[in-house]
Amino acid sequence: MNKIASIIFILFSLLSCSSDDDNNTVSFSLNFSHNWDGTPVTNADFNTIKFTNAEGDQLSIERLRYLISDIKLEKSNGETIIIEAYNLVDVTNNQNLIFSPTATISEGTYSKVSFIFGFKNEKNLDGVYPDLNTVSWNVPAMLGGGYHYMQLDGKFLNSSNMEQGYNYHAIRAADNPGANPTFPQDTFFEVNLGSVTISNNAVFNIEMNIAQWFKTPHTWDLNVLNQMLMPNSAAQIMMYDNGQNVFSLKSVDQ
Amino acid sequence: MFFICFSCTNEKVDTYSPTPSALQIPQLFGDKIINPVIPFDNPQTVEGIALGKKLFFDPILSADNSQACADCHKPENAFTDPDRFSDGINGTLGTRNSMPLFNLAWNYDEAFFWDGRAFSLEHQAFNPVTDPIEMASTWPEVEQKLQDHSEYPTLFNQAFGTSKIDSSLVTKAIAQFERTLISSNSKFDKYLLGETSLTPQELNGFNVFMDENRGDCFHCHGSENNPLWTDNLFHNNGLDAIITDLGLGEVSGDPADNGKFKSPSLRNLAFTAPYMHDGRFATLDDVIDHYSEGLQDSPTIDPLMKKVAQGGVQLSPQDKADLKAFLLALSDYEFINNPAFKNQ
Repeated sequence: MNKIASIIFILFSLLSCSSDDDNNTVSFSLNFSHNWDGTPVTNADFNTIKFTNAEGDQLSIERLRYLISDIKLEKSNGETIIIEAYNLVDVTNNQNLIFSPTATISEGTYSKVSFIFGFKNEKNLDGVYPDLNTVSWNVPAMLGGGYHYMQLDGKFLNSSNMEQGYNYHAIRAADNPGANPTFPQDTFFEVNLGSVTISNNAVFNIEMNIAQWFKTPHTWDLNVLNQMLMPNSAAQIMMYDNGQNVFSLKSVDQ
Repeated sequence: MFFICFSCTNEKVDTYSPTPSALQIPQLFGDKIINPVIPFDNPQTVEGIALGKKLFFDPILSADNSQACADCHKPENAFTDPDRFSDGINGTLGTRNSMPLFNLAWNYDEAFFWDGRAFSLEHQAFNPVTDPIEMASTWPEVEQKLQDHSEYPTLFNQAFGTSKIDSSLVTKAIAQFERTLISSNSKFDKYLLGETSLTPQELNGFNVFMDENRGDCFHCHGSENNPLWTDNLFHNNGLDAIITDLGLGEVSGDPADNGKFKSPSLRNLAFTAPYMHDGRFATLDDVIDHYSEGLQDSPTIDPLMKKVAQGGVQLSPQDKADLKAFLLALSDYEFINNPAFKNQ
């Protein structure tokens, strides 16, 4: 499956407002790693109740995969590079943790590097990406169709001290499930990695603090919100809120 | 693959040129999912497929020439066995239900059997021939019988360019035939193609299937955007509180995999009873009741199983009936009646 989950289409568009004198081009990659409030997390840490969230719930992770798209690099002179690609990071199976677009970028200082967590609405089209369909990443049409942004599954110790499953699945928030769902607010979001100076082939080391999904601003109580969260637009908006500070740029290797 | 022996005047010219036979990829498969897996060292050919079909239906592969692949993988049952456990040549019963065979080229991870113990379709086919409770033969014996046969050496030569028969060529041929077993013409397929309509009951059943608050079947079995109706992955779906058959855990050695078995496709359920890896459920109603009220908790139960403490998703009688109607609409009568897949 590792052959399929990376790029279905890559469009490289260079929208430049002025000529640029940095002619050297380099390649770059996004390298995703994960932690729980600073403690590294890999799939070797899965399937054991070893994490504690801000609410005090003890939990395990059994499955974690998420989608990022539309990498954008902006210079202060207005030059903007948009790489219209997507990557399904599959932590469970250690697949696609490094995403290397085929497009190259010019050296220089970028005032802002960003990507989208999930899909922008105009890209979140139902059933159009065969590689994502193949791994059953779809969202039911009754909720607007398109694709998941994230699947974080595991178990927690509930108030009866019994293991119980949770499915922290992030999608586009939807109300009125059915033929004509409505969308109370967008729940994809831009991850701003800040300013970066590129002088060589570069690897952006990006961290996801998984604990943050349960922390700020909403302290997540798994006893209350654990399953059937996809049709729960309020829960989706809480995920969106908590996701704002999940990602950070740890370093750039070049 | 092209091999020609050039010779001088009075000698026979032996030409090996099997005819390529690309898989006929159904429209929905081509539109919705990525391409199937065809090993570079075993391309589909007319001759290879025909040989594989002959071998599939020929009891010569068993020790006493009494049992063929097709005896436990019957075409009329979407290539599974209506018996809960199949009996081998000695009458010994297995411990798992025979898996149905279709759309196997789209098993991208190439993990076969309920527990995923075989990688690739070719390797899978090695196992039943020598399994003492199945065909109970040995590969040297099978190779010799095929070599001594009046037809097989020629057929292998036509398919693979050699009349010297070995086990790897036998399994390659069988795998080629098995990859042609494509099921894509259910009522629901035709509905998606605009060729027919569904009843209100079937439509509601599909909604139950896709509704996370009701059936929530789609996380493991896909949707209208994945015509396989399986994720081809391994899950503990809450069958037992105490796990005795470790399933994937036996293969991987990881206790976290105990009790996990491959998600079967939901195509052709009208023909594939009994259900589950051990065939414990005789009817589709039993299966739906299991997910609705019968879940058993265990340490490795998949967190996608909903409302485990209540026994399951608690479907109403109407939703159960509608879900069943939808599931049956995934059955492909053209597939089980396709003469290309029968022993004729």
